Amino acid sequence: MKVRVHVSLKPGVLDPQGRAIHHSLEGLGFSGVNDVRAGRLFELDVADSVSDEAIDDMCKKLLANMVIENYRIEKVA
Amino acid sequence: MAFRSAVVTFPGSNCDRDLAVALEKVSGTECIRVWHGDAELPDNLDFIGLPGGFSYGDYLRCGAIASRSPVMQAVIEAANRGVPVFGVCNGFQVLTESGLLPGALLRNSGIRFVCREVSLKVENAQSLFTSGYESGQHIRIPVAHHDGNYHADEETLDRLEGEGRVAFRYAEDVNGSARQIAGVLNSAGNVLGMMPHPERAIENTHGGTDGRALFERAIRGLVGA
Repeated sequence: MKVRVHVSLKPGVLDPQGRAIHHSLEGLGFSGVNDVRAGRLFELDVADSVSDEAIDDMCKKLLANMVIENYRIEKVA
Repeated sequence: MAFRSAVVTFPGSNCDRDLAVALEKVSGTECIRVWHGDAELPDNLDFIGLPGGFSYGDYLRCGAIASRSPVMQAVIEAANRGVPVFGVCNGFQVLTESGLLPGALLRNSGIRFVCREVSLKVENAQSLFTSGYESGQHIRIPVAHHDGNYHADEETLDRLEGEGRVAFRYAEDVNGSARQIAGVLNSAGNVLGMMPHPERAIENTHGGTDGRALFERAIRGLVGA
């Protein structure tokens, strides 16, 4: 089973990397970009026997830092 | 009673020797070196140091993998028993990632790695680690980090301030840290994490000695000398 975990900074948490990417896009001449937030994508290949609960636990215990980040689990196939 | 300290080395630690040498020079006793894969710590430790560096290459998040390594379970148990634990730089990141200290360290607001001496204000001069300073005293300590921007929600920040758990504050804007916080204590006062490197300011050849009082006082407080 393929699982994607999207990790993003919580709203309000400063994202200097997103800001730098935003400036760089502007430098390339792209206009109309209001904001950029950088995140992370994890692609997990897990056995079908792994429960949703266990995947959720992986996110909470390691993949995301709940102090600053949110996560979203997407089952691909 | 001889002072008994240990410094943990993670793969990618690079200030472990600095911290061990500082503890040895100030205490006069050997500092025990512990490896991240060790499941147990030596017995009867008076002090555990978590050093600076780039544990596990800063993969995932700074300090994230190190905080889940075998030795950290033992460090967390020791901290909960009241053993003093001191994390510098990456060690501070490991402490927040492990949940021993609140908050998180984000990328510096100016994006750049900051490597220079900064001015710190001592906020709490009563803790085990800081009683060698005066409250409000300004000291000069080097910093060297990319991810030192302290973040916590407003409620947590208010609680830290109210409980006197902000040990040090930057006297200048260094990395965008919330309320310029440079170092925080746990609620029991036996765990301190800070981004600046006091172990790099303990003798004149370092260019300053303002970090020495932290080690002197902690060691004196612990062995009652």
